[in-house]
Amino acid sequence: MNAMRASQVRPVIVTTGHGMSVERLNAYYGAKHAVKDVTLRVEPNTVTAIIGPSGCGKSTLLRCLNRLHEVIAGAYVQGKVLLDSEDIYAPGTDPVQVRRLVGMVFQRPNPFPTKSIIENVLAGLKLTGRQRGMNPREVAEQALRDAALWDEVKDRLKAPATALSGGQQQRLCIARALAVRPDVILMDEPCSALDPIATLKVEELIAELRDHYTIVIVTHNMQQAARVSDRTAFMMVDMDDRAGVLVEEGPTKAMFNTPKDKRTEDYVTGRFG
Amino acid sequence: MGIAAASSPRTLGGARFRRRKAVDRLMAGAMILSAIIVLIPLFAVGAYVVQQGWPALIGHFPSILTEQSPAGGQLIEGLKGTLILIGLACVVGLPIGVMSGLYLAEYGRNRFGDVVRFTADVMAGLPSIVAGIVAYSVLVLTTKHFSAYAGGLALGLLMFPTVTRSTEAVVRLVPDALREGGLALGISRWRTIVSIVMPAALSGIITGIILGVARVAGETAPLIFTVLGNNNGFIGLTQPVPALSLQIFQAVASPVDPTQDYPVAYAGVMLLFLLVVVLNLLARLVAARRAVARG
Repeated sequence: MNAMRASQVRPVIVTTGHGMSVERLNAYYGAKHAVKDVTLRVEPNTVTAIIGPSGCGKSTLLRCLNRLHEVIAGAYVQGKVLLDSEDIYAPGTDPVQVRRLVGMVFQRPNPFPTKSIIENVLAGLKLTGRQRGMNPREVAEQALRDAALWDEVKDRLKAPATALSGGQQQRLCIARALAVRPDVILMDEPCSALDPIATLKVEELIAELRDHYTIVIVTHNMQQAARVSDRTAFMMVDMDDRAGVLVEEGPTKAMFNTPKDKRTEDYVTGRFG
Repeated sequence: MGIAAASSPRTLGGARFRRRKAVDRLMAGAMILSAIIVLIPLFAVGAYVVQQGWPALIGHFPSILTEQSPAGGQLIEGLKGTLILIGLACVVGLPIGVMSGLYLAEYGRNRFGDVVRFTADVMAGLPSIVAGIVAYSVLVLTTKHFSAYAGGLALGLLMFPTVTRSTEAVVRLVPDALREGGLALGISRWRTIVSIVMPAALSGIITGIILGVARVAGETAPLIFTVLGNNNGFIGLTQPVPALSLQIFQAVASPVDPTQDYPVAYAGVMLLFLLVVVLNLLARLVAARRAVARG
């Protein structure tokens, strides 16, 4: 099943996951230094959680991984981000191409309101001219199944996406991201606008997606990080220049039980933040 | 200083209160009166048009449409001409208007955008006869022919600033979350704008277009020396073309036989009035549907 889908999109059958390496990354909004000197390894087929207090630059860091940071006026990035071995910030690299390989799910569900459920799922293929030679319905069904939404929407694929509940809309957005078969999926607080039951469903989904994708998730919910992630990175604001820095990174269990840095310990034990 | 600075005796009510209340009422009254004065001309014009035009149009319907007025020709031909001119105006005005509006909303947060915005605003206040002169010099003098094209160009010039600014306004309202959703799928920026942002703003864009069309539907001055008018009816795009507004102008300003020309003119006024009212209602309807879709 996977092999079939992969062969439809890319000639090579992909069996191993894709990793990312952030090397001395700095991100700015005009004069504001938002992320400072972050170096971080994202292992293939793992869930990496980025945690930290509000305003510590974790969402900004995430948006640097698919070159979405730079679409904001005045925003720019310095440093390297490798996808496998290729620097996505190398001169001549097409950000549009990068975003086809590194998908993203946002904080608030953002289905395209004028499109139906199935059109939303297929938008990434259709609007990039890659739908040719595919059976749209099969592709959509697979993506919706992978996003654990198929059973809830299979009888109303042509209904407007906005008719779905918030939790369903978020899983639709995940299906939309899966349909283009990215290497990596970024999730920016994907449950913060959802109720507990919808949150649980998305978390279960993340656990399943780990087998096929590499996932980076930003969350302000430490319990969520502990539940869903394999590795955790803790960021906070550096007091000297108000820029977000990476304090510590490691296996999630170790980060929560035996953190090396005092600041991490204070944060995960709820002493601040 | 501070709180103790209140030098007047502390009284709640009294002469000051009565005076303030009186001034308050006076100002509110002046504003209400002005608002009523705004309505008077509209209702007066509307009432007069309907009072004179309705019997003229309906009393002899549909023969009034094909009656040959000596000064203006047949109304049905004028209606045809007006619709054709609106169509040509759309061909000129819509692509420029919609695309420049998209530009301003999506890319225009810079110096050049400010210049375009300012120019569009000036163009929106352009005297319509100036647009007529432009079309006259560009198309009539060069081809030595009055034509529907020249009229379409003049009306298109008058129409696009409205469309530009209204398109910009509604496209700006589309949340950035949709743009980012498109970009994050690896969809190029122009494709995101055309296939995701524009559909989300479509009803608003259409509302702006309809209002732009309504603005030019009754224009007379720019048509006088671009399409000229044609008592023989519509005979081709490269020929002088009849239009409702021109027929009214000719039948009233220089009637050949008032007993024939005036009733036709009033019926024409009624037709034009209906056309503009219907267009405006249509715009409201589309806008209301958007509100429902969003709600």
